Amino acid sequence: MIELRNLSKHFTTLDGPVDALRHINLTVRDGDIYGIIGMSGAGKSTLVRCINMLEKPTEGSVLLDGQDLGALKEKELREMRRKVSMIFQSFNLLMQRTCLQNIMLPLKLTRTSDAEAKKKAKELLELVGLPDKANSYPAQLSGGQQQRIAIARALATEPSVLLCDEATSALDPKTTHAILELIRDINHKMGITVIVITHQMSVVQEICNRVAILENGEVVEEGEVSEVFSNPRAKATRNLIYPEMADNENLLSEGGQRIRIIFNGKQPSQEPLIAKMAVETGILPSIMGASTRTVGGNAYGYMLLEIPGSPENMARAVSYLSGIPDIVFQVEAEYSGEGVIA
Amino acid sequence: MNFASAFTPERLQEAWNCLLTEFPFAVWETVYSTVLATFFAIVIGLPLGIILVTGEQKGIRPLPRPLMSFLNVLINLLRSVPFIILMVMVIPLTRVIVGTSVGTVASIVPLTVAAFPFIARLVESSLREVNPNIIETAQAMGATPMQIIWRVMLPESVPSLITNFTLAITTIMGYTAMSGAVGGGGLGKLALAYGYQRYRYAVLYLAVIVLVIITQVIQSFGTWLARKCDKRLKNK
Repeated sequence: MIELRNLSKHFTTLDGPVDALRHINLTVRDGDIYGIIGMSGAGKSTLVRCINMLEKPTEGSVLLDGQDLGALKEKELREMRRKVSMIFQSFNLLMQRTCLQNIMLPLKLTRTSDAEAKKKAKELLELVGLPDKANSYPAQLSGGQQQRIAIARALATEPSVLLCDEATSALDPKTTHAILELIRDINHKMGITVIVITHQMSVVQEICNRVAILENGEVVEEGEVSEVFSNPRAKATRNLIYPEMADNENLLSEGGQRIRIIFNGKQPSQEPLIAKMAVETGILPSIMGASTRTVGGNAYGYMLLEIPGSPENMARAVSYLSGIPDIVFQVEAEYSGEGVIA
Repeated sequence: MNFASAFTPERLQEAWNCLLTEFPFAVWETVYSTVLATFFAIVIGLPLGIILVTGEQKGIRPLPRPLMSFLNVLINLLRSVPFIILMVMVIPLTRVIVGTSVGTVASIVPLTVAAFPFIARLVESSLREVNPNIIETAQAMGATPMQIIWRVMLPESVPSLITNFTLAITTIMGYTAMSGAVGGGGLGKLALAYGYQRYRYAVLYLAVIVLVIITQVIQSFGTWLARKCDKRLKNK
């Protein structure tokens, strides 16, 4: 279990002091795939570097299985880092060493014999699906293959935690998917706790079970992924989940009235919700913006409707939607009825 | 005696004889003083260059600021003294180490003194080229500063180090020729003492040509080796 207790990090730069992290409190349970998401500059990378003490927190503490990492001496810190591995956006393989030698590196740091290190490295190559690349150099591999080698290298010391710092950000969507699958596999098979730092909501959606949203060095929302997705409370979260939505904020025409419907995955995608409403109530809404996707046959996403005509139309639309189970909607208009109905 | 008369058939014949009799030993002297001086300069300059990078305040093993300032000033001082003057300045040191200040062996001392700060700077620049992300990765693996130097920084900078050492060895060979002016042996001495002072210009030019050829050979070999060692190049 990893616990961050009131963690803060201040930097002194030429432009003055910067609060990179402010009073972070998080708990990552064993076996979690924990997502930490935020825009660039939110403090994600600093946060993950505090977890293995590459950055020393200014305040607060990091507890790994109850042990305060800030209190460790240099030597103990190095031992700890073998248990908390890390992979990076830029892979960071040694370019002048073969894949096999790269994977052997963490073992060679612990005086493991050559034969033993080689055996272990070959097993890991097998695990990441690149058994034929032992003697290739990183420059001869694609990005996805390089990240696989980096993952194998990270697993060489049999860590209990894997930190992924934007590990898929340099990869195309298909390769990203394959790497995420590998990470999930490793999590399942070896029970390694994974912390995923990313700016892509799709990554969190695909593999994480819990997520924390970071904005300006603060955690603005935290919880189960399904919960956060279906009912995003913080504005930063909504911007991350539905980036298009932010662009639609100012579309409201003079005196217009809008309803934002959020599909939280409990509604079948095939359900023609808006068409039914138009037929049954006679209200003809315009779709101002929408972003939906189907996961497992159910709809996730949002739709922004502008309801034409008088406030009575709006009231009817609200009452119609209230009768439909399993959707969340918010009224955002100069409509003077209820503010938010959920 | 005018310039053209230095290239009469008799003079050319004389130069040819000189090439067969005097040159082989002169080439040998040039090569071995260059190689030994480079070797000693690397022995001192390599660790120094490593310290310049790792000992910085933001380096992997910060050293006291005054020590770092001292090293930097020392290197800059030695680098700014012209070699021909430095050779004379270190004569007392040469006497202590070699017992004499004249001759090819003695010239290795000033050559080393002149070359090690140069090598230290070259090593420094090679190590600075190593991707800092890779060093951070090694730290994240729990590598000690020594392990980072030996297992990450030096292996990663091998092609750059070879290129820079090639530059150093050709420069040091230029210095050995200069040492001919104050008692060192080799092609420089042959060109100056035999060719210039005795008006045997054909010999002087011949010595220069041989120096150019040796430089070319070393440079080509160095470039080839650096390329061969660099695994970042995909298609080979």
